[in-house]
Amino acid sequence: MSEAIQTTLPDKAAVLEGLPEHPAVKAILSWNADALVDAKFDRGELTLTIAPEAIRGAADTVRTAGYNFFEDMTAVDWMPSSPRFQLSYHILSHSYKEHIRLRVMLQDSDPAVDSITPVWPSANYYEREVFDLFGIRFEGHPNLRRIMMPDEWEGHPLRKDYPVEGYR
Amino acid sequence: MTDAAGTPILEVPVAEGAKDQHLVLNMGPQHPATHGVLRLVVELDGEIIVRLYPEIGYLHTGIEKTCEAKFYQQVVPLTDRVNYLDPLSNNLCYCLAVEKLLALQIPEKAQWLRVLLAELSRLNSHLIWLGTHAMDIGALTVFLYTFREREDILRIFEAVAGQRMMTSYFRIGGLSMEPPLDFFDRVRSFIQTLPEKIDEYSNLLTGNPIFRNRLIGVGHLSAEDAIALGVTGPPLRASGVDFDLRRDMPYSSYEKFQFKVPVSTGSDTWARYEVRMQEMRESIKIIQQAMDGMPEGAVKADAPKIILPDREKMKTQMEALIHHFKIVTEGFNVPAGEVYQGIEAGHGQTGYYVVSDGTAKPYRVHMRYPSFATLQALETMCKGRMLADVVAVIGSIDIVLGEIDR
Repeated sequence: MSEAIQTTLPDKAAVLEGLPEHPAVKAILSWNADALVDAKFDRGELTLTIAPEAIRGAADTVRTAGYNFFEDMTAVDWMPSSPRFQLSYHILSHSYKEHIRLRVMLQDSDPAVDSITPVWPSANYYEREVFDLFGIRFEGHPNLRRIMMPDEWEGHPLRKDYPVEGYR
Repeated sequence: MTDAAGTPILEVPVAEGAKDQHLVLNMGPQHPATHGVLRLVVELDGEIIVRLYPEIGYLHTGIEKTCEAKFYQQVVPLTDRVNYLDPLSNNLCYCLAVEKLLALQIPEKAQWLRVLLAELSRLNSHLIWLGTHAMDIGALTVFLYTFREREDILRIFEAVAGQRMMTSYFRIGGLSMEPPLDFFDRVRSFIQTLPEKIDEYSNLLTGNPIFRNRLIGVGHLSAEDAIALGVTGPPLRASGVDFDLRRDMPYSSYEKFQFKVPVSTGSDTWARYEVRMQEMRESIKIIQQAMDGMPEGAVKADAPKIILPDREKMKTQMEALIHHFKIVTEGFNVPAGEVYQGIEAGHGQTGYYVVSDGTAKPYRVHMRYPSFATLQALETMCKGRMLADVVAVIGSIDIVLGEIDR
């Protein structure tokens, strides 16, 4: 493992100092510096925490900056911490040959965020999956319906308060 | 047409009056040409597809939820069951992700054996693709031929792992055990005969006018659409995008192997056929290199608190017995953090996103599987074509419903 991968930059200030020339960091700062809430570089992976209202703009910005391929998106339920939900977007760059992770933190009550399907149509199914299994709404999604569970299903199975073996 | 919540399912942009002439057809969920339980709602104008809507979730087992209740090492057998045609790539991806969390160094021999077996697994996946794809088109013979060779691969898997399909041979920290003594001989004799067999398939299909006419020009997908719709793997390369994680972001010492990445600009079903056929030949080259240069050494990392000790040691040494007992009953703690590991599996890019909170069970495991994203491109590829082309296009994107629904 190379030395660069072992370095850990724990917070925003360290990332801004350690990776000032990183194309994604540079693009987001020049677009809207307030959108970047936090940042982290750990185990060779860059995580940029974006303000929830800015995610669509941030997605568009990194896409223009060369991170052209939306690879994956999912949520993590940090119950009982607050904010409760974390959305992780994994974006790949075919030219830089590198992943970045955009992260959004959402509150417990009626979690909702702008859909990035207008930026990457491939996010369509992924957002439906998160809507289905976590109950997070995506504003502006063209077809926000359950994808895995039946339409009349109650509850969101991947939330931490949903038991593995079903309700007793 | 609306669902229970009143959301329109099929809002078709057609002129008033024309709507009555359209036929909504259900393909599946048990249609034999859909490779599993996929349901396609197809809206037809005559025999032309106006709109196509995949309805998935029939195989949903909540495997990601199950992972959260298991120890890290107990997740490995679950990963086999997600994509049952390419089991070792799943094992590899999950193990690489957890090893990244643990910052564990894997011995070189284990890495090379992983490459060798992952390529055999890719061949297995491609052989099934070829057989079923040709069968969908109506060329039944090829299916029997490819399954003959697949049987050889399964026998090799059985010899190394004791299991034909659900191998679970890669473990966190290395391999579950040394391969058997005759392993290399078996692999060598298999890959010596395989190129001729691929020529044989090619003879049956490449010049076959029915097969050509069913494939050429069907299911066009431009490079821009492929990227926008999240298509990866052979279908992406068949659309002219030269990207392969094995070469461009190497893992498990793939950087030490020389191989070509087949790319085609045909962007149709035929291009996908050609790319996969060439990929099989490249896989054989990688396997050959792995056998020629196989390093000596251990197949497990030196981490007694993470990797189960050998049976012999466990029965003779007190310390090994304690480690064994602790790993089996309590698992091992993984430092808190989150990692994403992507690999190039047979169908495209597989990715595991593992979040740890510092305990012995994963806090969250998310699996990115290529078929889930590729399915979104199905409508783009089929729109404006005949209904019969859907079967050819589904065959060419090589979907596995187990990895879509998870």
